[in-house]
Amino acid sequence: MAKVRGQGMAAINYPTGMNLGGDPSQALIHASTTGNFIISLSSTDLGQGLKTVIAQIGAETLGVPFDTVIIDTADTDTGPHCMGTFASRATHRVGNAVMMAANEAKKALLDVAADELEASPDDLELDGNGSIVVKGVPDRSISVIDTALAAHFKHGKTIAGRGIYMKPKSEVDPLTGEMDPDSTEAHACTVAEVEVDTETGEVKVLSLKSAYEVGQQVNPALVEGQIVGGALMGIGHALYETTNPYYPAIDHGPLNFSDYLMPGPAELPEMESVVLEFPSSNGPYGVKGVGEMTANCPIPAIVNAINNALGVRITTLPVTPEVVLRALEERRGPSQSNLPIANFPTECSS
Amino acid sequence: MGANVLEKAAEKKYRVVGQSVPRRDGMGHVTGATKFVGDVHYPGMLHLKMVRSPVPHAKINSIDFSEAEKVPGFVRVLTHRDVPKNIYTILCLIGVGPDDEPVLAVDRVRYQGEPMAAILAETEEAALEAVAKVKLDLEELPAVFDVEEALKPGAPIVADTGVNYFIYEGHHCRRVRYGDVEQGFAQADFIVEETYNTKPIEHAPTETTGCVAKPEADGRVTVHTNTQALYFSLDNTALILQVPFQKLHFVGGTVGGGFGGKVDVITEPITTLAAMKTGRPVKFIYSRVEEMQVSSPRSAWRLKYKDGVTKDGRIVARQITSYADAGAYNRHTPYAVTKHAANVAGPYTIPNVHIDAHCVFTNHTPGSAFRGFGVTMASFAIELQMDKIAATVGLDPWEIRFINAYRNGDVRPHRKVAEDVTFIETMQAAAKLAGHDLPEHLLAMNSWDRNGGQHG
Repeated sequence: MAKVRGQGMAAINYPTGMNLGGDPSQALIHASTTGNFIISLSSTDLGQGLKTVIAQIGAETLGVPFDTVIIDTADTDTGPHCMGTFASRATHRVGNAVMMAANEAKKALLDVAADELEASPDDLELDGNGSIVVKGVPDRSISVIDTALAAHFKHGKTIAGRGIYMKPKSEVDPLTGEMDPDSTEAHACTVAEVEVDTETGEVKVLSLKSAYEVGQQVNPALVEGQIVGGALMGIGHALYETTNPYYPAIDHGPLNFSDYLMPGPAELPEMESVVLEFPSSNGPYGVKGVGEMTANCPIPAIVNAINNALGVRITTLPVTPEVVLRALEERRGPSQSNLPIANFPTECSS
Repeated sequence: MGANVLEKAAEKKYRVVGQSVPRRDGMGHVTGATKFVGDVHYPGMLHLKMVRSPVPHAKINSIDFSEAEKVPGFVRVLTHRDVPKNIYTILCLIGVGPDDEPVLAVDRVRYQGEPMAAILAETEEAALEAVAKVKLDLEELPAVFDVEEALKPGAPIVADTGVNYFIYEGHHCRRVRYGDVEQGFAQADFIVEETYNTKPIEHAPTETTGCVAKPEADGRVTVHTNTQALYFSLDNTALILQVPFQKLHFVGGTVGGGFGGKVDVITEPITTLAAMKTGRPVKFIYSRVEEMQVSSPRSAWRLKYKDGVTKDGRIVARQITSYADAGAYNRHTPYAVTKHAANVAGPYTIPNVHIDAHCVFTNHTPGSAFRGFGVTMASFAIELQMDKIAATVGLDPWEIRFINAYRNGDVRPHRKVAEDVTFIETMQAAAKLAGHDLPEHLLAMNSWDRNGGQHG
């Protein structure tokens, strides 16, 4: 018996935003007298880094230092409505809402600064380091914190902004399926290399090389986190994971992480990716959603690589050693069968 | 090609967008300092555990709590009679119906693990001991587990509508009709058919699903939850408990992994009810076993493709019949099937498409949302099918995808004109990264100009 290698590829699209739209999110921003801007939301960070990327979008639009933008989420008494974190929507929807709110707050900030500097608001700009300067006259400036203090204690004005983003809901035509199911489309293509042990049926993913096109990246390290994490989920889906190993039967369901196999450090393949940035037409700074799609391309790329290695056509998930051995057996023909017929491998466990 | 897009990208001069600033919560997560729902404790807090069905389909004759009530620390039990609007469906908020799922089973259980009664006790151990002492008198019913078996006449009926499929505006499936597939098949040199099957998959988040509900002195209830959608959970909880939305205050936003598994609104309604009934804080957090076998998995799918392809590799007709195993109740699957129908023909421009996508009810654990919502398993099937087409026609797997790739301005089967498309550029970049030399005519193609570099 031998270890054989194969290569496979797959390419996908993935829509950004809740299918059919109708999924609004709001953001509120205010400047406090500490010099910070607080962005109030009811949006959830699932561990993907939403709190960080939203602060980046807020800081970029306001023109203030990243560290002075505070994210206050999630509390339904203080945060305005958000539809939720799903459908690769949060950076796109909440980011757009934050941009709108930040532009309103920035206008209020510049109006007060203009009074303080005796200049026109149109002649002012934020320097990104916490100061508002008269364009072309660097020594005529006022800090953001002094502007916030002046607004509150001297002018009796608020520095605040409101934002919302909503894609109107589309209906589905029940006869033709006509609908508007996306805000923008992200893309991925993965080349997988695998090694299959034809004696044990075990598959090892040797490498995953992927290109992603996700519009403008807000935080490349967090995009890479999604790509690597999604690839590991993809390996799990392709080779190991199911809650019903004998589906549609419901027996032998795993109850914990000893029974429910997932890829660990030992299963990490060589991973390399390149990210293209073609800004979307309607995302904040041109972003597209990268959250969900990163498991989708590795799965078929891995299975195509297994089929390429073995000269078979496996069409089920997950591709467990049993599936591999049965596919090899089918390729050899029934006369050379060396497997028990029913319920392999549970029936022959010692 | 897309000159305006590329110029726009080149012009950008952002300060912090595009920078890999360290994530704000990273240090808290890796040092254990981040506070999750499981870390919320209150004095006098009760613990909730579920009595669950041991079988996939049964009539409930009776439930006997007499021995459970004797367990030291037992406080009370909640049954369907305690739940003001016991039958609900999560997506009623966006117009999906009818209501179909009980918070607590009424007279029938339809999947193994279905909640039948909630036990409240002073400690988690007492709650578990009391649950173990509940005696169930169940009459098992024939169950159905296969999606196509479930649609056959005479199959055990799971849903209260009397049919084992979700009804889409009077139709038994979500349909997409574009062009004329029969005409397309007639033009084809090859017919390529295949069936693809997948199994249910668990989200496997680090943090299991759960919440803590605390009655406040002012009559409101504060709910700490790891939901992915705070208002979604609040609204559904208020509707189920028939209390004004203003009475509820939901707090969350920091979640240890969701992947779609935490949009089910599955612990908040019963826990909030328990807090209101007892006047005490109540915690209900899934065990790992519940997360594995009771929480909604990614639905299993069966997808049948029939493609008509010409000798030069053009897909001229694609017919798809697909089945999502929704399990016993709606949850998010009806909506997932619609998203699936929008995407299951793939990122390819095909003149004739016919899709019947079914949302089927069986006696499996209800499926729900999962990263890639109706699309992940479509992408699996599409991309295996593309390899099969390539082998049938005798073309390279890359070539077959470039030939059929969708581009900006193409009309998709759901009739939306494609925009923001960079499918070809993405494949070119992946080939380069992997060291796969594409032939000149594929390298010359782009997503904006259909004539650029195209052969034939």
